Amino acid sequence: MKTDRVSSTPAERPPLSRRRRRKAPLWSIRGQVAPHTYVIMACIGIAVPFLAWVAVNALGTVPRIFMASPTDVALRFVSWLSNEGFGADFWTSVSRVSLGFLASLALALPLGLLSGTFKPAEALLEPAMDFVRYMPAVAFVPLMLLWCGVGETSKVAVIFVGTFFQMLLMFADDVRRVPMQQIEAAQTMGATRREVVYRVIFPSAAPAMLTTCRITLGWAWTYLVVAEMVAANSGLGYAILKAQRFLQTDKIFAGLIVIGVIGLVQDQVLRGLHKVLFPYLKGR
Amino acid sequence: MSKGILIEDLSKSFGATLVLDDVSLSIAPGEFVTIVGASGCGKSTLLRILAGLEMADSGVIACGDKEITGPGVERAMVFQDYSLFPWLSVMGNVLFSRRLAANAHDNLALERDAEEKRAALLLSLIGLSKVKDAYPTQLSGGMRQRVAIARALMSKPAVLLMDEPFGALDAQTREVMQDLVLEVARNEGTTVVFVTHDVEEAIYLGSRIVLMAPYPGRVDCIYDVPFSRNRDMSIRIAPTFLDLKRRIMNRVRDTVANSFDGVDQALTG
Repeated sequence: MKTDRVSSTPAERPPLSRRRRRKAPLWSIRGQVAPHTYVIMACIGIAVPFLAWVAVNALGTVPRIFMASPTDVALRFVSWLSNEGFGADFWTSVSRVSLGFLASLALALPLGLLSGTFKPAEALLEPAMDFVRYMPAVAFVPLMLLWCGVGETSKVAVIFVGTFFQMLLMFADDVRRVPMQQIEAAQTMGATRREVVYRVIFPSAAPAMLTTCRITLGWAWTYLVVAEMVAANSGLGYAILKAQRFLQTDKIFAGLIVIGVIGLVQDQVLRGLHKVLFPYLKGR
Repeated sequence: MSKGILIEDLSKSFGATLVLDDVSLSIAPGEFVTIVGASGCGKSTLLRILAGLEMADSGVIACGDKEITGPGVERAMVFQDYSLFPWLSVMGNVLFSRRLAANAHDNLALERDAEEKRAALLLSLIGLSKVKDAYPTQLSGGMRQRVAIARALMSKPAVLLMDEPFGALDAQTREVMQDLVLEVARNEGTTVVFVTHDVEEAIYLGSRIVLMAPYPGRVDCIYDVPFSRNRDMSIRIAPTFLDLKRRIMNRVRDTVANSFDGVDQALTG
């Protein structure tokens, strides 16, 4: 430091202003923003489309029958809650998604673990799964109706078809990303094949697998609504379809918003779970 | 406790490439052997074969009087990086091997409290007693490698295999780690096979240096290091040290040049 001062005499030094604290510009690449700035901007992101919606209604350019106002939607939601059986619709949908998703998970988890760990399992499973996964799950609806009837099974089956194949392949990829050094370290400490799978590969891949669950659970909701729109007499998807028949645009809006909120809540819960289960990922 | 290693006429190919050609080497129990050589000389492959992580195509390899057929508790390995289990604390990592069926009935498991005592001893030896509950992500690279060493030593392996364990560390941390490994090896009496591309590190640590030549990988020559096991930093500037370093570095360069000749001949002939 001393030599620096000696070499740069005041005469050579360009006239630079001495600022106390420098702030990175708001729009710097990969830059950080303060938490409160983030919240403010998120509110703007939500408020702008909402205000646009209010404005469109206030101007009256679009007929009410196509574009329900926020108040209409709110009122409709209240009456849906109080006397149009929202609770039943909600729980029916939630239970269908849960059943379909859990069935997928129960099968995809062990198979994904096997497929990502053992080459023969990969060869047996993955080419076949890759083939099926490109068939749109929606196209399975007629087949599921034919096989399982119009009861609960067909809806659960559509969700299963929509998530299982993707989930298996994503789990297998999560498992393949476990560092080889971790596996080999365990082997040189005397771990058996079984111990490597249960004590290293699974815990090492678990955080990525939970993220896979978070992503596929979102898809499960999409397939649920599809299934409920084709053949059902209950559930949120059915409620939306019925509202269309009766030109109740406000109820369509309410249904969409409810599904959006469910997705948001579910996503936050799983993110929270990720933090609770894997505290070691925080770093210093 | 410690065991020697015997390698006779060992050969290994990956596909059509011969990586190890007729390698023979014998290592005495408790010896600290370093292996140096240009990249492609098969030094890491040789170490991985000793660990049981790769299979040799032909030849004899034995640890003590037992043939090596796969990974085993008596041959622990320290990798360059990414080998710690991030979901376990420092203590959890060190104790990992103790929770495996392979170690359930050894002396450490049978004696009461012996496991905890040894883990605590190793942690104090590597100077990480204070962070025993921290996760690997909270540690620096040098600290992580220290944990990896303690973890490898936990079940008292007869042989410690180290594959460029300090290659990812900065120069200052590396010197501290080298002294640590010397001390630990002395205390534990473990046989150590240490692979590095750093000639100075090889001399500073080893009692013998195996120089390997590339394409195909083979033992080129073996140097005895004229310093006792109780050595310190000062030998790094001793004339004998520097002379040995110069000789080995020149020889490594020659082996690379010779291998280019070989490639030239293969291309023209």
